[in-house]
Amino acid sequence: MKKSVILGAATVAGLAAGAAAAGTMDDVKARGKLNCGVTTGLVGFAAPDANGEWKGFDVAVCRAVAAAVLGDANAVEFVPTTGKTRFTALASGEVDMLARNTTWTFSRDVDLKFEFVGINYYDGQGFMVPKSLGVSSAKELDGATVCIQTGTTTELNLADFFRSNNISYEPVPIETNAEAQQQYLAGACDVYTTDASGLAATRATFENPGDHVLLPEIISKEPLGPLVRHGDNEWGDLVRWTLNALISAEELGITSANIDEMAAGTENPEINRLLGSEGTLGEMLGLDAEWAKRAIKAGGNYGEIFAQNIGEDTPIGLARGLNAQWTDGGLLYSPPFR
Amino acid sequence: MTTLTDPPKEQFRLSMLLYDTRYRSATIQVIALIGFMLLAAWLISNTMQNLEALGKPVEFGFFAEPASYDINQRLIEYTSRDTHLRAAFVGLLNTLVVAFLGCVTATILGVIIGVARLSHNWIVARIMTVYVEMFRNVPVLLWIVFIMAILIETLPAPRAFRGETPEASMMLGDSVAMTNRGVYIPEPLFSNSLGDVHLFGASSLRFDVSLDLMAILLVLGIGIWVSNWIKHRADRIQEQTGDRPVTWWQRTAVIVVPMAILLYLLGFHLGYPELKGFNFKGGTHLRNSLIALWLALSLYTAAFIAEIVRAGILAISKGQTEAAAALGLRPRKIMRLVILPQALRVIIPPLISNYLNLTKNSSLAIAVGYMDITGTLGGITMNQTGRELECVLLLMLVYLSISLIISAIMNWYNESVKLKER
Repeated sequence: MKKSVILGAATVAGLAAGAAAAGTMDDVKARGKLNCGVTTGLVGFAAPDANGEWKGFDVAVCRAVAAAVLGDANAVEFVPTTGKTRFTALASGEVDMLARNTTWTFSRDVDLKFEFVGINYYDGQGFMVPKSLGVSSAKELDGATVCIQTGTTTELNLADFFRSNNISYEPVPIETNAEAQQQYLAGACDVYTTDASGLAATRATFENPGDHVLLPEIISKEPLGPLVRHGDNEWGDLVRWTLNALISAEELGITSANIDEMAAGTENPEINRLLGSEGTLGEMLGLDAEWAKRAIKAGGNYGEIFAQNIGEDTPIGLARGLNAQWTDGGLLYSPPFR
Repeated sequence: MTTLTDPPKEQFRLSMLLYDTRYRSATIQVIALIGFMLLAAWLISNTMQNLEALGKPVEFGFFAEPASYDINQRLIEYTSRDTHLRAAFVGLLNTLVVAFLGCVTATILGVIIGVARLSHNWIVARIMTVYVEMFRNVPVLLWIVFIMAILIETLPAPRAFRGETPEASMMLGDSVAMTNRGVYIPEPLFSNSLGDVHLFGASSLRFDVSLDLMAILLVLGIGIWVSNWIKHRADRIQEQTGDRPVTWWQRTAVIVVPMAILLYLLGFHLGYPELKGFNFKGGTHLRNSLIALWLALSLYTAAFIAEIVRAGILAISKGQTEAAAALGLRPRKIMRLVILPQALRVIIPPLISNYLNLTKNSSLAIAVGYMDITGTLGGITMNQTGRELECVLLLMLVYLSISLIISAIMNWYNESVKLKER
């Protein structure tokens, strides 16, 4: 009789202990795989290619983190999330990090208890309309039907923009980019609005991209970046500095072509510290010395990733603009590796 | 010599709880109940603790914050500056509208199809069988998406109505426009409107009640009541004298004439939709999302209701029909007076659960962007505020309440048609 009471107490204690969270980094290492939340499909940012392999600008961040932690850029489980499901997926631990063109806002950072680790794309909300509509400014859109992805900041910006300009519109809420594309192309809405980069990516997949124009107004600041759960600082640091490593690599001229040569040691101490031939930065993160080298090798430096996935030579054709290095008049500015 | 003694008075001992069959089952039940309550308490406290650790304690203050998003279909006045609570209220009304429209349409279709399946006409019966099998064996979500896709892809966009020689034109004397953004139909307008009553002041649950609508409903109600009274009088006269007075024109007149006078006094006229700018303006806009959801839910549920109706009719023994025929009743009267009243007793209980299913299935609305309560409270509000637990709990409470109310109404109706045992 006594024994069963003790056993029962032990069970309850065990269950209670199970509820306490372990460190994300240990979880990932134990699992041997990084669970990364991405979009359900936005060409250039995150979408499976013809072979079913995930490719894109956001995907590259996931792969770099996996390469840094696990030593294998392919040890990533991509979890497609919609604008609505992404935060629940991250908060519940279904994914370890979210690299899903998510806008860094105060309430998401503070109230939703997430940690934005940096900005990998400076974006803004734009409008796309068919050329045949003859509209040249967003202020002429009075009474238009607007397709919008529900559960995003764009939904709120849109309401504010039309309200402050005192014009009316009819919102058509839509779950995914693919559905929005279908409705827009069928003429069920006059306008499609989302981040300008997303519009460019969507337009690139159209049969006749030339029939559609992006209006000049950019109605919001949309700093997009990867995010992790609040409170697990080791893991947050790792993702933050992996992203910084990619950005610094471009600034320092480290590319996937010359990285092996540079890792052997150079005249520049910062390159040496970053690539692990000098100092103990990797150890401080809880990793080995070559973590950053692996991360950069996975898909190249920030500039290479940009050029491969969304740059001017791709069908999406985005200019670097704000996303150039600070030395080239852009906003990308990684803190020093020291 | 024998002495008679009372049997020894049994003392209650603790072990009897386990070994005495009189107490054993109660003991087991109490232990099971305590175990269940402990498990529930552990689950709740664990959730609370974890939310606390995450820094997200359960609280509902966010309901008073401005929602900041727009909703396209709103039955009450709402702007993006209104609170999350009001957005949820707008969503709730949208849910109720589609559930009500769906239940009514599904019942009408279901009864017709159910009766037609029993038809002696081979083709009609087969077609109805194909309908039932097709609709009830494909998930309703697919029907919703499919109908939406048809509406978007096949109907013309509003800009096709423009120009000298438009590709598309309005129907029924330029009064109805079918576009891939929805159907625009004429709206009733009153030039001498009585105005609105504003209920609940400036709170989030405020809404306006149109006095015109109230007046119409009142006149209609009185008309129907008087018409029924005339019918009862005719019944009485028939029982006393055997002759039934002709009353159809009186019964029609007491409904139609007062209604016509009221509509004339209110200055009733129709507002027609017109192409202005990007879209049609004026008229009532039935959005694609509403039509797709309404049609899909109705067609899907009608297949189930048809089977229930067929089962109900088949459950009445053939002897009833034959006996009624022997009494000299005609086939239509046999159906109305003998078969249906008995079949209803079999039909109503499963019908209730189909109404409940339809209402709950309406939460699939987000698939076509219909802003029901799952789309507002359980969608955008939840996403923008990050209060998953609070929103989902409230959402469950709302659906539970709607379902219980439907159930209560239908049970009350069932009570009124069931066999009166004396």
